[in-house]
Amino acid sequence: MATPTIESPRSGRVSPGYSRTPGSRGNFEMVAWLFMRLSGAILVVLIFVHLYVNLVAGDGISGIDFGFVAGKWADPVWQIWDLTLLWLSMLHGTNGIRVIINDYAEKNSTRMWLKGVLYTSTVVIVVLGTLVIFTFDPCPVIDGVAHVADYCPAP
Amino acid sequence: MPKTLTKSLTPAGTLYRGREGQWSWVAHRITGVVIFFFLLVHVLDTSLVRVSPEAYDAVIASYKNPIMGLGELGLVAAIVFHAFNGIRVILVDFWKKGPKYHRQMLWSVIGLWAVVMIAFSIRHLSHVFGG
Repeated sequence: MATPTIESPRSGRVSPGYSRTPGSRGNFEMVAWLFMRLSGAILVVLIFVHLYVNLVAGDGISGIDFGFVAGKWADPVWQIWDLTLLWLSMLHGTNGIRVIINDYAEKNSTRMWLKGVLYTSTVVIVVLGTLVIFTFDPCPVIDGVAHVADYCPAP
Repeated sequence: MPKTLTKSLTPAGTLYRGREGQWSWVAHRITGVVIFFFLLVHVLDTSLVRVSPEAYDAVIASYKNPIMGLGELGLVAAIVFHAFNGIRVILVDFWKKGPKYHRQMLWSVIGLWAVVMIAFSIRHLSHVFGG
């Protein structure tokens, strides 16, 4: 009689009784787990600086207006900073919500719908945010009227 | 009440053991969900800079009141906890002695969180209420 073998906990094998869907997902879950830790460590730095510059330094929340945003995005460093922040935080947050949906939604169809809504929102927000950062104009001309600010050329 | 009925109402065994480990996990989930939904709104309102300066300023001005000020305080409280506890999770996973000291690390997280939040509250509330 053959000795039953017990797989190592990290072999990726899930007992069929604990598997919702047949087939293996490869090492996607391990990559997602690692991504949460790597992106999390970077996000701590990106977000703490973001909060300090926007809410603590200067006039804090009272000083935030269009000119404040224009002043920041005039500097490519802040553009790249905010772009990285947007992508990492959205992917980190989306994966977190994905895990929570998988944990609490027991019906296959419920999970599919919730994740469909989640992924759609993520794509819309990431694409929108990226376009805004790259197409931002600090001195827009709207309906022939130029925006007036001390950093804009006189009309 | 018959003894058999009492017994049948008792839940089956669970892996969850409460205490610091489980409650920090619950708090990490709740703060994570709160931050995610804020993030969606935050990208949408910031996108108004692409509509017009007036549209952006109008929406930001509607945020500048004591109720939203307190909401921002709550948001920052959630972010700072999620950040510090996230570092604790990384240490539990990657540091050899992490699992042994996970309780002490949670109390350090709470202590650091309190210090940061006291300092931030003084600064932020003076902006919110000081005009």
